[in-house]
Amino acid sequence: MSRRTRRAAEPDPAAFPTRPYDLLKEFTIALVAVAVLTAGLAALFSSPDEQPITLATWSAATPNDFTATAVTELGGTSTTAQYGPPYNHTPGAGQKIGPVGLQRAAGVRIPVDTAEDFVLRPLRQAPEPAEVSAALTAWTAAPADRQQAWTSAYSDALGKAPDGDPAKVEPGDYGPVPVLTSRLLALAQAGALDGQLLAQGRFYQTDYTRPMLFLNDGTYLADQARAQHLAGDQWGMMNETGNYPGQAWLWLYTFWYQIDPFKTSKNADALIWALMAVLSLAFVLVPFIPGVRSIPRWTKVYRLIWRQHYRGQR
Amino acid sequence: MSDSASPSGNATRDAKRVGGWTGAARRYAVRTLPPEKLLPDTQPAYMASWIYVFGVLTVSSLIVAVATGCVLALEGPGWWHASSVGKYVNSLHLWSVELFMFFMVIHLWGKFFMAAWRGRRAMTWMTGAVCFLASVGTAFTGYLVQQNFDSQWISGQAKDGLNAVGIGAWFNVLDFGQMLMWHIVLLPLVLGLLTAWHVLLVRRRGIVPPIDALAPEPDEQSAATAVQP
Ligand code: HEM
Repeated sequence: MSRRTRRAAEPDPAAFPTRPYDLLKEFTIALVAVAVLTAGLAALFSSPDEQPITLATWSAATPNDFTATAVTELGGTSTTAQYGPPYNHTPGAGQKIGPVGLQRAAGVRIPVDTAEDFVLRPLRQAPEPAEVSAALTAWTAAPADRQQAWTSAYSDALGKAPDGDPAKVEPGDYGPVPVLTSRLLALAQAGALDGQLLAQGRFYQTDYTRPMLFLNDGTYLADQARAQHLAGDQWGMMNETGNYPGQAWLWLYTFWYQIDPFKTSKNADALIWALMAVLSLAFVLVPFIPGVRSIPRWTKVYRLIWRQHYRGQR
Repeated sequence: MSDSASPSGNATRDAKRVGGWTGAARRYAVRTLPPEKLLPDTQPAYMASWIYVFGVLTVSSLIVAVATGCVLALEGPGWWHASSVGKYVNSLHLWSVELFMFFMVIHLWGKFFMAAWRGRRAMTWMTGAVCFLASVGTAFTGYLVQQNFDSQWISGQAKDGLNAVGIGAWFNVLDFGQMLMWHIVLLPLVLGLLTAWHVLLVRRRGIVPPIDALAPEPDEQSAATAVQP
């Protein structure tokens, strides 16, 4: 075959010999086959449905984790409090792709003040015992550095106490913090906090941002996920609770998190998103990328696919 | 009142213009996709491979996924957690999606190794590739609206990726209502339109000839057709 014919435009399919083909019949058979296969798989394997974790179940299961987290929300040292955009203006927070900081550029569009939203307002809204009213007044009256000193001292003390148990903390200057957090724990265990964080003064609500961020700041949720092999470094994105297949098609996305330089970069999320955006674009543009578009020709898999045709040509 | 008879001389040009926008649209549709191309009852003989079945299987499983999703929608998002019938319908929805993604990926690799973008078929590949990306997004939002532990964990993790590139400020994976709308309205609509476009493009261009295939000469062709069983 001369080079010139190979370079020529693809021939018109209509110029080739034909065979009978019933499009609608094939489609109908395929549809019935897929429906039956689906029904069978669903009957055999069902689908997973682990109960969600609430602030109530968390605070009941691991009250000490809840208290430790509440102190960091109050003191502004939790993951959410230090997150930066879109939740708050933490200086220096926000990932970058080289010099480009899209996270900061998007701005604070879902404002979250962890001390106010997660701790102080729920306490104020619930009927207050006199002790709690006094503690709230003391907290509000204190200057910011004083508040910081109390919460960080209490965080340290909880860290040293056996099991992080607030009841076993060494005496110290924690100001009103222990009263506030123990009342918050009681509210959470009663289920009141779940409602308060969700409702935010409204009746209808579909936005779980605040209770989810609070839950995510503790270690309980992550521990449960790790036990279900869902953590990021366990290729968790591709897994599901139980033994179900997860989003296996995310294999490439989650792959990057397992290797350097991403594994150790504090900009990992942004860098991997940028990389995946470029790769996705390349995927869409495969027909135009020299080299990549010639792989089929080199690999010769097409000879297998159309083997009847090529056999006829010989 | 109509004046159908146009003065002679310009008859052909006027016939082309008849019917305004609607007529023009009809002429365009019939020209690009004549009925024999839209619903063919023959195909080129080289379409003798199992790989061609996977496109049809992908369409079929997409239809089953949409249909089972519609059944879930009848009773609302809370239903399947409390009802065994609902749970089974949810399982149907999950497994049809697993089949859909499985068939689509085989279809994708098949088309890749056939270099099926040759001969003005680049748009077919590109609409297909965007279908794949849209399907990943649709499946992802589906995982987010399960209202169970899995959704909590996935949303808590995924928010960091989306926030890191600024998308999370608008597309909030922790907002169940927003994700439900994307999952059951916006993304299926986009995926449906893209799929229709993709399949119509295939019908319009005809299936791609094998690599380096030479169209038979007209006399050769009639001989070859005669030999066909
Ligand atoms: C929603 C997902 C998809 C559906 C429902 C779908 C459906 C189909 C169908 C029914 C055909 C014709 C039959 C066949 O050749 O198998 C086809 C052809 C094709 N598909 Fe897809 N497809 C999807 C995704 C993709 C993807 C992800 C790609 C690749 C990136 C792709 C690339 C192609 C190409 C290039 C053709 C033309 C084949 C030819 O000319 O012979 N499709 N598709």
